[in-house]
Amino acid sequence: MLKYIIKRILMLIPVLIGVSIIVFLIMRVFSPDPAPIVLGQHATQEAAEAWRQANGLNDPIYLQYWHYLQGALTGNLGTSYYTKTPVIKEIMARFPATIELAVVAIILASFFGILIGVISAVKKNSIFDNAGMLLALIGVSMPIFWLGILLIIFFSGTLHWLPSNGRINPLLEPIHITGFYLIDSLITGNISAFADALRHLILPASALAMYSMAIITRMTRSSMLDTLQQDFIRTARAKGIAEGRVIVRHGLRNGLIPIVTVIGLQLGSLLGGAVLTETVFSWPGIGAYTVTCILKSDFPVVQGVVLLVAAIFVLVNLIVDVIYAFLDPRIKYSKKEV
Amino acid sequence: MGIKHNSDPDENPLQAAEYVEKPESQLKAMWETLRQNKAAVVGLFIIGCLALIALTVWLSELLGKQILPYDPNYSDMSKSFVWPNATHWFGTDQLGRDLFSRILDGTKISLFVGVAAVAISLTVGVLLGAIAGYRGGRTDAVIMRLMDMMLAIPSILLAIAFMAALGKGLDKAIIAIGLVSIPEYARIVRGSILSVKENDYVQAAKIIGNRPSRIIYKHILPNVISVIVVRATLGISTAVLDTAALGFLGLGVQPPFAEWGDMLGRARGFIFTAPYTLIFPGIAITVTVLAFNLLGDGLRDALDPKSRVK
Amino acid sequence: MLLEVKNLSTEFQLKRGIIKAVDDISFTLDKGEILAIVGESGSGKSVTSHSIMGLLQKPGRISGGEILFKSRNLNKLSRKELQKIRGNQISMIFQEPMTSLNPVWRIKDQIIESITTHMQVSQKEALARTIAMLDTVGIPSPAQRANDYPHQMSGGMRQRVMTAMALACGPELLIADEPTTALDVTIQAQILELLYRMREKFQMAVLLITHDLGVVSEAADRVIVMYCGKIMEEADVRSLFTRPLHPYTVGLLQSIPQIDDDSDKRLYMIKGMVPNPLTMPPGCPFSDRCDHSMERCTKEMPELKEIAGQKVRCFLFEEGEGGGLGAK
Repeated sequence: MLKYIIKRILMLIPVLIGVSIIVFLIMRVFSPDPAPIVLGQHATQEAAEAWRQANGLNDPIYLQYWHYLQGALTGNLGTSYYTKTPVIKEIMARFPATIELAVVAIILASFFGILIGVISAVKKNSIFDNAGMLLALIGVSMPIFWLGILLIIFFSGTLHWLPSNGRINPLLEPIHITGFYLIDSLITGNISAFADALRHLILPASALAMYSMAIITRMTRSSMLDTLQQDFIRTARAKGIAEGRVIVRHGLRNGLIPIVTVIGLQLGSLLGGAVLTETVFSWPGIGAYTVTCILKSDFPVVQGVVLLVAAIFVLVNLIVDVIYAFLDPRIKYSKKEV
Repeated sequence: MGIKHNSDPDENPLQAAEYVEKPESQLKAMWETLRQNKAAVVGLFIIGCLALIALTVWLSELLGKQILPYDPNYSDMSKSFVWPNATHWFGTDQLGRDLFSRILDGTKISLFVGVAAVAISLTVGVLLGAIAGYRGGRTDAVIMRLMDMMLAIPSILLAIAFMAALGKGLDKAIIAIGLVSIPEYARIVRGSILSVKENDYVQAAKIIGNRPSRIIYKHILPNVISVIVVRATLGISTAVLDTAALGFLGLGVQPPFAEWGDMLGRARGFIFTAPYTLIFPGIAITVTVLAFNLLGDGLRDALDPKSRVK
Repeated sequence: MLLEVKNLSTEFQLKRGIIKAVDDISFTLDKGEILAIVGESGSGKSVTSHSIMGLLQKPGRISGGEILFKSRNLNKLSRKELQKIRGNQISMIFQEPMTSLNPVWRIKDQIIESITTHMQVSQKEALARTIAMLDTVGIPSPAQRANDYPHQMSGGMRQRVMTAMALACGPELLIADEPTTALDVTIQAQILELLYRMREKFQMAVLLITHDLGVVSEAADRVIVMYCGKIMEEADVRSLFTRPLHPYTVGLLQSIPQIDDDSDKRLYMIKGMVPNPLTMPPGCPFSDRCDHSMERCTKEMPELKEIAGQKVRCFLFEEGEGGGLGAK
């Protein structure tokens, strides 16, 4: 098992190299010259030339890539064209906000998705089932950003219950330890900051969770419908096990494998959805920032973010595979299967 | 090699290889099941209405006739932010343009971008998947690793990056949205080909010397076509969502085209003063996506032999 | 009397109509007795066992009759009360040892779950009992194998595990639904042997559901022959094999290949097919396949009549001893 994990982690390297090549091609080969964007329309030819020279953009593309790779190996992903801050610092300043949002969203999505999915499967064709499936259908059809807008109109505009932008009231901001406000505020015992951070999280996390919840609901329902038909469920009932326990301990425990796959995939799509959610809720995370950087041709930052996201995606897939082995004793990762 | 050509297909397995289920008959069976599915029929009906609206608007535009209640791009600042009423059903936007007319006008953009983007990803994806699956070996490895890498980048980020590289605009949006979905189709087609390739009748067709392109067309395509139809239908709904997302971020289809996502993005600042400007375009997007999802789900169920038996 | 089934009917309500899977059957089962129910697939034998266990799935439901277990009507019990009996006083083993065990649980945990559900014992005691049970059913090195997952065991071993699980709480009645069908012939014999041994050891009654007359002849004390949801014949195992009354039973017995039969004739086959359960003829369900069919057979349903300790549902035996197959 450990061997397998190590192998999979090593496989990250070619993926990251590939991803970085793709981004390099898009951003540096096919994109227009960043100099006039960074320096402004009125910059002189000489200034632009000097800037390009300074940032190594006059080198042949393979050399540029080589330099980038060399830097990356030593943990240097370059500096932002605008702020001149190291890319890693730029990312780290915003990343916790995005992760906090995505984690809360995936927890919401998994909890409600599995709950609704299981009840729908058990009470197949009931009113609850039909309502649940309708909700799931609307969930996958609604643009995330529009759901965010609706939530703001209703809960912030009409009801004035919840804030519509930012992570926290700046006056309450906790000391940065982990960068996750929910955790930082708890560590420092700052309850009012925790409550405020939570209030700020509810709307964006719900908007972000909706799509994934819908997907998880559907997968849970179909997986449970399948599992509850299995012979071993009948065996469990014949043993005199209470129905609730039959459904959860025997049914859900077996039906969980495809559900976990979907949750893993959703974590990837949540990072994409964060781009839109963060824009709607002015959430100071990496998603909205990346859009700005793409538009401002801030190559080094974009490159860094995409690599990070791709690494997370691959790692999440690895974690999902490891969870499989725990969920299903029939799965054994041998060297051959890698 | 003394392969005798027998005219009775049942007698000769090599000849039988020529008598595989035709793509048409498979699609026909799908259609029969689909008709029983109320949700799918509703989806199909909505899509029909949307297509009708889009075509009418487009034709009248070509003929220079005004069929919409107002010119969707006519701005009258004195009438900005008129709440929905009898003359302006959905109200007017910040520039005093009639929202109802703009939303109807936007139908054509959304449908067009959706279909065109899927056409791109479908063509390229099927081609790449077919090559990878059929050739196998190193070709397969290279193509599929590339697809995996594309999948490791969130599609919206990838689309934004493409837009930044290509520039804004209708055609660019179509290309960007089309490009990011290529891996899905490539994977489906490759998987299906791998599963069909070893079948006896495909092996038989190979032995009697059919060319690869013929084998793919006659034997493999019929087996994957229904899966692709399902994927493409659901793909249109994704493409419509992506178009709206790009538009919302200000990167997509640019004015003077009325695009739903773009309308939402530009109206964002008026979320508390004129919320209706943000309600109607969203409903339009949701209804369109919903319709394609209903149809796609129905097609998938129709494709599933388990449900076809019922 | 341990189990008394009185006029039990079970039906499945489908869109196209109602299927009477079990139609007004009655039988009794004594302590320590092995009663076999024989029939083809679709005869209602499995539905009978599921009805007794309360395991019917929608759209199936018991539409009439009583299932008296130690004089309590199981059909009238609440789900909670039924759960107390299931796996405890009445337990069941199923046809498919491959799929009837939960694939993601260690076998010991599956047996322990059964024990702790019904008995007030500690985990440790439950484990000890589990290992003892595995030993009883003939699993070698039970303490180690207890940690296995089902996929690590052969079909025969799994059926032994199923049996151990069913016997774990010392049931008074064991329902074995085609316990040997999915197994190799040699393993079949071992499992039957095991059932026989367990009956002796625990003095429990066994309701053996099977389509295999070979299994019946080896294991059962008494036999019920079912066809299309009805009991066609009931007899002790000796009488049934030496003096079958119902033409259907005769047909079943004749379709068993006999090694010592050196005549050249082809193996007997009952002609025709089981009628569609949705369009059941009004008369005897076997009438259109029966060599002795009379006009009356297609119009009226014969009663189940007792003849010399045997029960049979056939007009051939209406007139008493004089009639019957022997007369022809």
